[in-house]
Amino acid sequence: MAKTEIRTETPATPSEAAEAMQALAADGTPLRVRGGGTKFAWGSECEPGAIISTASLTEVKEHNAADMTAILGSGTPLAQAQETFAKSGQMLALDPPLVGEAATIGGIIATNDSGPLRHRYRAARDLVLGMTVVLSDGTLARSGSRVIKNVAGYDIAKLFAGSLGTLGLIVEVIVRLHPLPRRTVTVLGESADPASLQSALFDLGHAPLEIEAFDVAWAGGGRVLARFGGVAPEGQAANARILLNKAGLDVTETDDDAANWTDQRDAQRAPQGEVSVKLSALPADFEKVVAATQRLGGRLVGRAGLGLYWLRTPSTVALGEIRSQLSTVARHIVLLDAPDDVRAEGQVWGEPDPGTLRLMQAVKSRFDPAGICAPGLFVGGI
Amino acid sequence: MDVAELVDELISICGADGVVSDAVARRTYESDGLLQYKVQPGAVVLPTTTEQVSRVVSLCHRNEIPWVARGSGTGLSGGALPVADGVLIVMSRMRKILEVDLANQRVVLEPGVTNREISMAVSPSHFYPPDPSSQIVCSIGGNIAENSGGLHCFKYGFTTNYVHGLEVVLPDGQVVELGGKEMDAPGYDLIGAFVGSEGTLGIATRITLRIVPVPETVRTLIAYFKSVGPAGQTVSDIVADGALPGAIEMMDNAAIKACEDSTHIGMPIDAGAALIVELDGPEAECEARFEGVVKNCENNGATEVHVAANEAERELIWKARKAAFAAMGRIAPNYYVQDGVIPRTRLGEVLERIASLGREYDLVVANVFHAGDGNLHPLVCYDGSVPGEAERAEECAGLIVQACLDAGGSITGEHGVGIDKKRFMSGMFTDDDLAVFQRLRCAFDPEQRANPGKVMPTPRLCGEVPGPYRRHPLEVAGIAERV
Repeated sequence: MAKTEIRTETPATPSEAAEAMQALAADGTPLRVRGGGTKFAWGSECEPGAIISTASLTEVKEHNAADMTAILGSGTPLAQAQETFAKSGQMLALDPPLVGEAATIGGIIATNDSGPLRHRYRAARDLVLGMTVVLSDGTLARSGSRVIKNVAGYDIAKLFAGSLGTLGLIVEVIVRLHPLPRRTVTVLGESADPASLQSALFDLGHAPLEIEAFDVAWAGGGRVLARFGGVAPEGQAANARILLNKAGLDVTETDDDAANWTDQRDAQRAPQGEVSVKLSALPADFEKVVAATQRLGGRLVGRAGLGLYWLRTPSTVALGEIRSQLSTVARHIVLLDAPDDVRAEGQVWGEPDPGTLRLMQAVKSRFDPAGICAPGLFVGGI
Repeated sequence: MDVAELVDELISICGADGVVSDAVARRTYESDGLLQYKVQPGAVVLPTTTEQVSRVVSLCHRNEIPWVARGSGTGLSGGALPVADGVLIVMSRMRKILEVDLANQRVVLEPGVTNREISMAVSPSHFYPPDPSSQIVCSIGGNIAENSGGLHCFKYGFTTNYVHGLEVVLPDGQVVELGGKEMDAPGYDLIGAFVGSEGTLGIATRITLRIVPVPETVRTLIAYFKSVGPAGQTVSDIVADGALPGAIEMMDNAAIKACEDSTHIGMPIDAGAALIVELDGPEAECEARFEGVVKNCENNGATEVHVAANEAERELIWKARKAAFAAMGRIAPNYYVQDGVIPRTRLGEVLERIASLGREYDLVVANVFHAGDGNLHPLVCYDGSVPGEAERAEECAGLIVQACLDAGGSITGEHGVGIDKKRFMSGMFTDDDLAVFQRLRCAFDPEQRANPGKVMPTPRLCGEVPGPYRRHPLEVAGIAERV
């Protein structure tokens, strides 16, 4: 099937972005925002007439090392920004799958993507102090500030985080940074018994420990991972080993742990021929999530303390089947990676509550009255 | 329609003991924690259920009556200041703890539950970190409206980082359920937009929060310095070392003197600055870090470093800090407190500017602040009985806010904009920025009946087809101006 040509705009400044958006709104051309393109397929089907690329908004404008804040163009690859921060012993505490290191800060925020560090440092929305956005009518506006504590004005950045480009374009963000832990130690506990894993997760999650990252994986058998950082992580690791042993897990410990965590985050994405869905459940329901995973013949990684999981299944399993198997254990189920025919089944987001959807539609129509920002891509056809 | 005409209907919704219409009794609610502003509400209701809140708000909606929600009334920006021709909806009778789910580390609450009660309900294993100084009385509903912080937010974050679910009565009376115990509900983060919206988007009637395990240990010290500069440098050094203290508080000489006079804990009254540092967390990590903190204090010339040897000594240190606002009574009968925030690195120069403003206006300005996150609380002391002094204090306080903005900071870190700081909003945000705020407001409340006259510096309408404010060509040419 022949498609009309999609033109790409690559603004180099926020005001160029505003002009580009305004021009597209004037002739009603639907648009999509594209960062590194690593999550461009997420969401419902949407056929834009134009793409606004953030590939030229890639500046680390400020890194205020002493204040531990930074101002970044939204197209800045996270990996590149992290290199800058690491020189001062700092990090932006976001570690989603980077997919060839292309993932940009704007794309990560717009998709609310995250990795194991979310356990301690929370989500992208919690690390953004200020945001500059361009709306489809060309309005260029900033909210928040460059200080780590601020309650002046509405928190527009939270609204844009996870909005998948349906409210407008993020051009610049101000973020809070954290110290890179001096050293890290990871404790791993393995078991083929979901009940033992559940008990270990409970004990560890309720202990007075400061866990940097607290993950779980299931693929026939299961594994709990807890990473400790700081100047004296061994003491905490020793306490964690005791708890995991008590729960009946086979316990090991390593300070050469980078690969373990890369595996965890990379498993959030599905390779060709597989489907990945993100699940929100209660932390205490891990066993039930595993049972559903087994029924679907899938594999699982997740943030044990948060109740967030990424489930992968072969694409031969129908999305309707995934939803029905998980309906009693996961409150939210969102399709991420999938072949086109699975996405075309149209069950990407699940059914939103009608009252909440009306409110979301009101927000959408106020921010994007022309309706050109990724129409149809988001929840409830927004 | 006049509010008085609604009283019978309000009584039919909330019962006779749930409506205050008598003029004398209504005066109880004329101010919140900011006593400089007083407005007597047209009527006061004290609902006990979500249904009652929804019916009251619907009634206001149908009759085009504005309304203001109020929690415990401890706010310091006049955010719960009533409107004279409107209804004040007081949430303090909805104060049930609905569920404590320790297994999933969640609590479900009605909005009138006090901040302190939350931590008490989940102790001794867990606690709820955001802890504004008014925590004994302030309500969680008010904390949601203001996105409250507190002493521990540098490490633990603010209210917005802990709210997972809200039941909200929207300004048309409709009830919506946002989020829940589980994270990441698909769709826009309406909870993120609602928390900190200062009562202008609706009323939260049921709240689901995350709670966290109590840290294994706490270590606290107070260090004294000749002046504020080296104390500020110490804070930067501690943070640069990679420590994330549970709390870092600073007081200047005026605050030290007042606190010592009222608490007699033995603070040296000639010290230029006092720095309180508290580390909490796992034992081994705290111990290792604490040595570094002590060294940082010494390296920056601390004249004395006192480490709390036990819980009693720790409480004494905090008693001095928490007495600061009340102790100002020893300097002057009234004070005006500001809430500006600056980048931590600009501390020295901004404090210099505040001191020079104090001299210029011939007023004592005592400084107490959350040093980790750069949130200043300058207390401009004055005597309201001296003609003109209150105005002078207010002007001086305004210039302090400006100094924070000039340093790249914010006009408010935790007290909110309310009625008191809205005049500074245009100094922090452009017209286009404010117009985008307005779009969010209009999505929730197109008739703008929820807490009208707060947050935004000038009244704005919600058009049917929203667009940002554009300056009229006559304005651009300087021929006409917007009133």
